[in-house]
Amino acid sequence: MTDNRFDFRLYMLQRLSALLMVPFVLVHLGVMIYAIRGGLSAAEILGRTQGSLAWFAFYGTFVVAVSVHTALGLRAILGEWAGLRGKARDGLSVVIALMLLALGARAIWAVTMGGSL
Amino acid sequence: MSQPVVPSRTRADGEKLSVTLERGGPDGASYRQTFDVPAYDKQTVLDVVSWIQQNADPSVSYRFACRVGMCGSCAMMVNGVPRWTCRTHVSKVAKGGAMELAPLRNLPVIKDLVTDMDAFFDKWGAAEARHHPSQTRDDPIAAIDPDSPERQIADAAIECINCAVCYAACDTVAGDPDYLGPAALQRAWTLYNDAKEADPEAVLDAVTAKGGCHSCHSIGSCTAYCPNALDPVSAIAGLKRASAKRFFGARKR
Ligand code: SF4
Ligand code: SF4
Ligand code: FES
Repeated sequence: MTDNRFDFRLYMLQRLSALLMVPFVLVHLGVMIYAIRGGLSAAEILGRTQGSLAWFAFYGTFVVAVSVHTALGLRAILGEWAGLRGKARDGLSVVIALMLLALGARAIWAVTMGGSL
Repeated sequence: MSQPVVPSRTRADGEKLSVTLERGGPDGASYRQTFDVPAYDKQTVLDVVSWIQQNADPSVSYRFACRVGMCGSCAMMVNGVPRWTCRTHVSKVAKGGAMELAPLRNLPVIKDLVTDMDAFFDKWGAAEARHHPSQTRDDPIAAIDPDSPERQIADAAIECINCAVCYAACDTVAGDPDYLGPAALQRAWTLYNDAKEADPEAVLDAVTAKGGCHSCHSIGSCTAYCPNALDPVSAIAGLKRASAKRFFGARKR
């Protein structure tokens, strides 16, 4: 990268994605406890999430933040522990981000939109 | 009345230390060599190396100048830990009468216990850790309030002796050849807070470039091992805060 401040921008992106995930994680934990305590069945849960734009937006943003944050963390590890530099490191990090994004997107689509189509 | 470099206060019990040196240079393979050194009271690690060089093997290379913790040239790995050897007492570090000495970690070896510190000093330059004058010699001397919070922050790190102990202790330096390291970044933080510094934004530019303050993982080995009890990890945290604020548009002055 010719941009000298590229790494610093990624650092800010990792901090901001972490910041974003704080409320997401809390709500996600709360929802899980609520669903289990209340004894909701899988069908009942799907009945509430399917077709819901709100849940789609919530978990969609969550998945994007997780993909970005995780890939950036692994990018640092790939550099310091595996000795990868330059394009090899950046390329592998992008692949990791896309894989996480694909996995997450598939799950969200199935839970929120899948049934309504 | 000055003391000889190697005092003759050998202990009455005739006890010996077993001292293993890691030797060799960039061209020859490194090897280990063990010496028996007479023990005496209040002996420093540097005294031990001096005794070996003066009495057992004159070809042993090592570096020192002041012997009082001022010049920063005598640091070595002592039993695997980076230390200033002129102010480290053998009694504090020897294990069962034995001690292992090696050249400082994270720097290339020139010969035996002498490392090439160029990379360490070059990074001070790369961190823009140099004063940008705000006035000329013809201006009246600006009054600085020693109690102002900014001056207190700047003062916190001025006792750095450039010994590179923190640089040797840092795992991020070990893993990332671009990383500027704790000492250079700490000096950059000092300058950033100096009221007489003309260009604090240039300092932030330098420490947010590749290998800058954002590469630090805040584990704090630098602060744990600094022989002068300085606190580079907090200085680096200050740089991270200042550069994050600037990311959102804040400027210092
Ligand atoms: S806190 Fe930062 S500078 Fe200090 S040892 Fe850890 S990574 Fe290195
Ligand atoms: S911060 Fe401490 S350990 Fe690092 S170079 Fe300065 S005096 Fe040595
Ligand atoms: S010889 Fe100067 S600091 Fe140790």
